[in-house]
Amino acid sequence: MRERKSFIELPFVQSILAALLCILLGLLIGFLVLLAINPAGAGEGIMAIVKNFLTYPSVPAQLKYLGNTLVKASPLLMCALSINFCYKTGLFNIGCAGQYVVGAGACLYAALAFKMPWIVCLLLAVVVGGLWGCAVGLLKAYANVNEVISGIMLNWIGLYLVNMLLSLVKDSASPYTQKVASVNQGAIMPSLGLSNLFSNNKYVTIAVPLAILIAILIWVVLNKTKFGYEVQATGFNKEAARYAGMNEKRNIILTLVIGGALAGAGAAFLYLTGYEEWSVTQSSVPAMGFNGIAATFLGALNPIGTIFSSFFIQHITSGGAYLDKSVYPSQIADLITSIIIYLCGFVLFFKLALNKSISKRKEKKS
Amino acid sequence: MLHITKLFPGIVANDDITLQLRRGEIHALLGENGAGKSTLMSVLFGLYQAEKGEIRKDGKPVKIMNPNDANDLGIGMVHQHFKLVQCFTVLENIILGVETTKGGFLQKDEAKKKVMALSDKYGLSVNPDAKIEDITVGMQQRTEILKMLYRDNEILIFDEPTAVLTPQEIEELMAIMKNLAKEGKSILFISHKLNEIMEVADRCSVLRRGKYIGTVDIKDTNEQDLSRMMVGRDVKLVVDKEPAKPGKPILQVQGMTVASKAHSNNAVKNVSFTVREGEIVCIAGIDGNGQTEFVYGLTGLEPLVSGSLTLCGQDITKSSIRSRSKLLSHIPEDRHKHGLVLDYSLEYNMVLQRYYDPKFLSGGVFLNRKAIREYSNRLIQEFDVRSGEGSVTITRSMSGGNQQKAIIAREIDKDHQLLVAVQPTRGLDVGAIEYIHKALIKERDEGKAVLLVSLELEEVMNVSDRILVMYEGELVGELDPKTTTTEELGLYMAGAKREEVRA
Repeated sequence: MRERKSFIELPFVQSILAALLCILLGLLIGFLVLLAINPAGAGEGIMAIVKNFLTYPSVPAQLKYLGNTLVKASPLLMCALSINFCYKTGLFNIGCAGQYVVGAGACLYAALAFKMPWIVCLLLAVVVGGLWGCAVGLLKAYANVNEVISGIMLNWIGLYLVNMLLSLVKDSASPYTQKVASVNQGAIMPSLGLSNLFSNNKYVTIAVPLAILIAILIWVVLNKTKFGYEVQATGFNKEAARYAGMNEKRNIILTLVIGGALAGAGAAFLYLTGYEEWSVTQSSVPAMGFNGIAATFLGALNPIGTIFSSFFIQHITSGGAYLDKSVYPSQIADLITSIIIYLCGFVLFFKLALNKSISKRKEKKS
Repeated sequence: MLHITKLFPGIVANDDITLQLRRGEIHALLGENGAGKSTLMSVLFGLYQAEKGEIRKDGKPVKIMNPNDANDLGIGMVHQHFKLVQCFTVLENIILGVETTKGGFLQKDEAKKKVMALSDKYGLSVNPDAKIEDITVGMQQRTEILKMLYRDNEILIFDEPTAVLTPQEIEELMAIMKNLAKEGKSILFISHKLNEIMEVADRCSVLRRGKYIGTVDIKDTNEQDLSRMMVGRDVKLVVDKEPAKPGKPILQVQGMTVASKAHSNNAVKNVSFTVREGEIVCIAGIDGNGQTEFVYGLTGLEPLVSGSLTLCGQDITKSSIRSRSKLLSHIPEDRHKHGLVLDYSLEYNMVLQRYYDPKFLSGGVFLNRKAIREYSNRLIQEFDVRSGEGSVTITRSMSGGNQQKAIIAREIDKDHQLLVAVQPTRGLDVGAIEYIHKALIKERDEGKAVLLVSLELEEVMNVSDRILVMYEGELVGELDPKTTTTEELGLYMAGAKREEVRA
């Protein structure tokens, strides 16, 4: 006896509903926090966060700032994919943040010190990020070191190594690295006319479509290939994977190498646009890798869903900049966005609650 | 329990089932795998809520939302896998959760008195101060029973209680159950074993495919009738087979020793024997005597400490699991731990051992979904694997018996010379057992070597051509099922008798 599933019972519909629910709740709590701090500007404040680039009245300006959001959403998407991919093998790649950092170090140093073209810089970021992931994988596979522990430690090792390395190519007057665009224009990723679409926003490059393509590619690898079959089998049931003769050690290492490579590429996708420079005095690991965790869960652990969730998270993060600084302290934007991101982690929980209420309603009907 | 209906996706697990348990009776619950016995008991014990129907106790409708409610109503359950704290004493386990305390301190003496009184009353002799890890499985079961009695439970559910016991222990358990019933306790006894039901139960209710078939008085029925009610057709309780015609050796095991995970001693000690083509060799023994570790060593899941393995003339002592699997099919002991990826669809599990076969790939990289679907559909049809949604069913939602059938289909259909079947019929009903036994014998008759590891005496006696008894990691006897008796086998299994076994 086969029952037709109603629309609301389809898994992907549920994922989307749960994600929307998280977002709404996050915004609500954010709003309450704003209310508590200063009721006068709360309504405006939360609108500013939600509107982001839509604050601007003219369409060209909107497009331009939409471009900026996209530029920063691409590396976030890459980090989210890195975590997503590893999570399917049952590994929590919190070392993604560090893999992102060493990727940034590799591509910036190659661009600034050796004046390499962008493609070489990008590949270097991929390779170094992959190696950083490999270190975690080797420790996990051969010494059974928990990937979270080694990942976090490697995050810090990576950060300070990169700070040291990039000090060599630092701007003399500021703690930031030299501008890639002025030192080595060839290291800037080509735009191929994309910037024209966004009111000549020169930061919009092929990194944006490339990140989306990679997301689709990861989806294909996970769901359509032999390797994806092994990866997910290992993630679901390690023992059964071993019983089926899958090479568990190889798969753990390979997954983390791929995860690291994705994060490394993500860093290149940001720093090779010239949008930002690296501050060699920073003493905390960039949030990009950690925000990737939220994006992964908000995207319901699906690479395609992650495309949208990454954009959304970047959207509110950028929107935070439009908060009225005279009414709220400058940290408040970060606080609000973190609350929303934090709530995003509850997607699975909401999905469960949703399912329960559906089955309850059904019970009543019958 | 009146008109209980419980739905799962794609399946009606219990369809309008009514079961009445009288005070002081032993009521057996019989049914095929996936017939809904466990679901029904879970509803009674508060683990699931029924969609329809009501539960009444002493005529009053009651709501059982969780096991605590069940306990308050005097309903207790002995699970198939005991729920005991290994490093606690018997007494500590019994009082766990209902400790009598005075100012925050345990009052063990009082509890001990009550336990002693109970064990005297019902003939359950145990040492209350012994640690669980030091006592036998039979004693552990008594601890579980005492746990229920200590909580003044009146309705006792036994979920396949004999599966882990030796023949002697089973007899003792039967006596205990009768005793309990005589003292006014009501017992629900879930079992597949018709002879046990015939011996101990007063009445028996039969479920088939989620439906209630009927309740019969045991004194008016026999094993054949019961099995017909359960399966819906006539079942042969004893398998017919020709004498074996062993050919050349397929598997040679020499001085195999495997380390134990649980303790410092080796789990398998210097085991040697040979399995030839066209014969079924059975390793018999009570659970936990090294069979599990032996199979791990043989299939490559664990390395050997010493010894060697030769399969079809090739030394496989150090081979990988994958390369062994080219010649060896393995029906694992624990289908959830090893046999299946429960969150995968049925079709993905059907190709778990051969997804890398070019037949199931396109371009060497991509999975060929069409080929996988066709293959899975063929196996489902051939081996009668029942599920809610066919090939795309998530394996977790299938019944245990059908999960097992899926594994057996996969392993038998795959190329192999040696079939290692570890407790292939565990938890299955007679219909499925008959099917699996036939399949094993067919394998043998096709010239394959079959190594059966089993805890079920009847299975050991019925199916195998040769019996090797394993006790504490050593082979202690080689028996011929045609000339030996269940009692003799039981003595070997319990370690009371032993002889030298050579390959």
